[in-house]
Amino acid sequence: MAKIRIQTVGLHIVLIAGAFLMTMPFLWMVLSSLKDLSQIFLIPPKWIPHPWIWSNFPKSWQALPFGRAYWNSFYINVVVVACQLLTCSMAAYAFAKIRFPGRGVLFVLFLSTMMIPHQVTIIPLYLLMKQIGWIDTHLAIIVPSALFNAFGVFLLRQFTRGIPADLEEAAIMDGAGRWTIYARVIVPLIRPALSALGIFTFLGMWNNFFGPLIFLNTPEKFTVPLMLNMFRGMYITDWTLMMAGCSIAIVPVLIVYMIGQRYIIEGVTLTGIKG
Amino acid sequence: MTRYSADKYWGYLFIAPQLLGLLVFSLGPLLSAFVLSTMKWDGFGEKTFVGLQNFIEQFHDPEFLISVKNTFYYTMLTVPTSIVLAILVAVALNKVSGKVLYRLFYYMPAVTSSVAVSVVFLWLLNSDFGIINVYLKQWFGIQGPNWLTDPRFVIPSIALLSVWWGLGGNMVLFLAGLQGISASYYEAAQIDGAGKLRQFLHITLPLLSPTTFFACIMSIIGSFQVFDQSFVMTGGGPAKASYTMVLHVYNTAFVDFTFGKSSAAAVILFLIILAFTLLQMWVSRRWVHYEG
Repeated sequence: MAKIRIQTVGLHIVLIAGAFLMTMPFLWMVLSSLKDLSQIFLIPPKWIPHPWIWSNFPKSWQALPFGRAYWNSFYINVVVVACQLLTCSMAAYAFAKIRFPGRGVLFVLFLSTMMIPHQVTIIPLYLLMKQIGWIDTHLAIIVPSALFNAFGVFLLRQFTRGIPADLEEAAIMDGAGRWTIYARVIVPLIRPALSALGIFTFLGMWNNFFGPLIFLNTPEKFTVPLMLNMFRGMYITDWTLMMAGCSIAIVPVLIVYMIGQRYIIEGVTLTGIKG
Repeated sequence: MTRYSADKYWGYLFIAPQLLGLLVFSLGPLLSAFVLSTMKWDGFGEKTFVGLQNFIEQFHDPEFLISVKNTFYYTMLTVPTSIVLAILVAVALNKVSGKVLYRLFYYMPAVTSSVAVSVVFLWLLNSDFGIINVYLKQWFGIQGPNWLTDPRFVIPSIALLSVWWGLGGNMVLFLAGLQGISASYYEAAQIDGAGKLRQFLHITLPLLSPTTFFACIMSIIGSFQVFDQSFVMTGGGPAKASYTMVLHVYNTAFVDFTFGKSSAAAVILFLIILAFTLLQMWVSRRWVHYEG
């Protein structure tokens, strides 16, 4: 027994040390953002700020329109997630339950586009957006993501396929058409998969940097990562301001994460296993 | 499968939005990338067809070659480390009390933006006042390296950030994989007197191999596309030491406006990723164990 207990204690010590390493960068970021320049360069470093300097936050909030960036990121994400859930689940229903000519070939086409890296299509996409005048508008970011997610189609099709045929047949007996079956039978039954896909897409979009970097030029239109990158370019020597800016970008996300961690991790797991 | 006479039309109608998206935003651009890669074009003037010249030029372009070298080096450092650590953490967490709380902390970096954590690591890895070098000196008397300004250390530094950032995602996959392994295997092994290490080597690893395979494929694909960290932390420097393939695609297209050259580099990246994925699928037949 004693041996087992020592092993368990040892395991917990290692795991706690690991957990500290995983979270230390965030802790150090927040603590640095609450110091002034004389404290931040102290050697040996002092962890707890003395005195606590709160002014870095209003200063960095005023230096660049972070509020605006938050709004941009938020509304772009909401629109994209809503559209994706609708279009992906519609396509998933057709691929899983409706017989039509060319279904197999089209589905394989969807599967194979999952392998195309974003960087390969970005130049033609940029040229296309330039031609239709969407450069430096949010449409360039919203529309391609809203209308296309092969992974989402695949994921939802896996779930839709698992729905027993009896349910659909019962609805058909009642005289329901395809749209009614989709809206009233299928969508409620794949709700867990929908929320998983929604979380997955939201996280990916929220942190996306490459797309917005290429399509957006005006700071008023920037998303949070883009704004932070610009902030870095302007204040690279002032670490207290920099860390305040990073905290503004990270801390709200971490709070949402801690509140919803069960759903977020389970959602990500679900997309990972089926995907 | 239930049928309606009008199903033909309903089917197309239901897939129409996503099919449109696929054609306009993925397949179409992919084909035009291939076409562009055979042309010389600055984005304004005439396009001239040059055949495979862009590809040949790329293979003689020192900047492209160094970007390939850096990307491979980065992948070699990041993927194995991340996978091995994630398996170890997942196995340790699987049966431990307080699993949910530990999982919360280990997954935390994975939800944050790559740009933000890159800036945080700029501060942590600062050679004079960064907390890592300060403690290396104070506790071990070691003069820490110039992590991001020394060409020898810049790729390992970015790999360090990526391993920390990506660990949670892989860990969650492996935790799910471990859930799928039936307890009866371990009970049988215990009766036969197999120790913990042998159980890990002969039960856990083989039965986890489909998950490992999936995690390897996804990690390698992601790793070849590394961009954010280099772009934000070093801009590809010092002296191109952290210049990656995607950075090269970005620079040639959006800084130099040589779209043909850039498309050729992007197509090569695509082919490398494709080759690696197919290679892994082929090799996987030897080591991935599917039950039943």
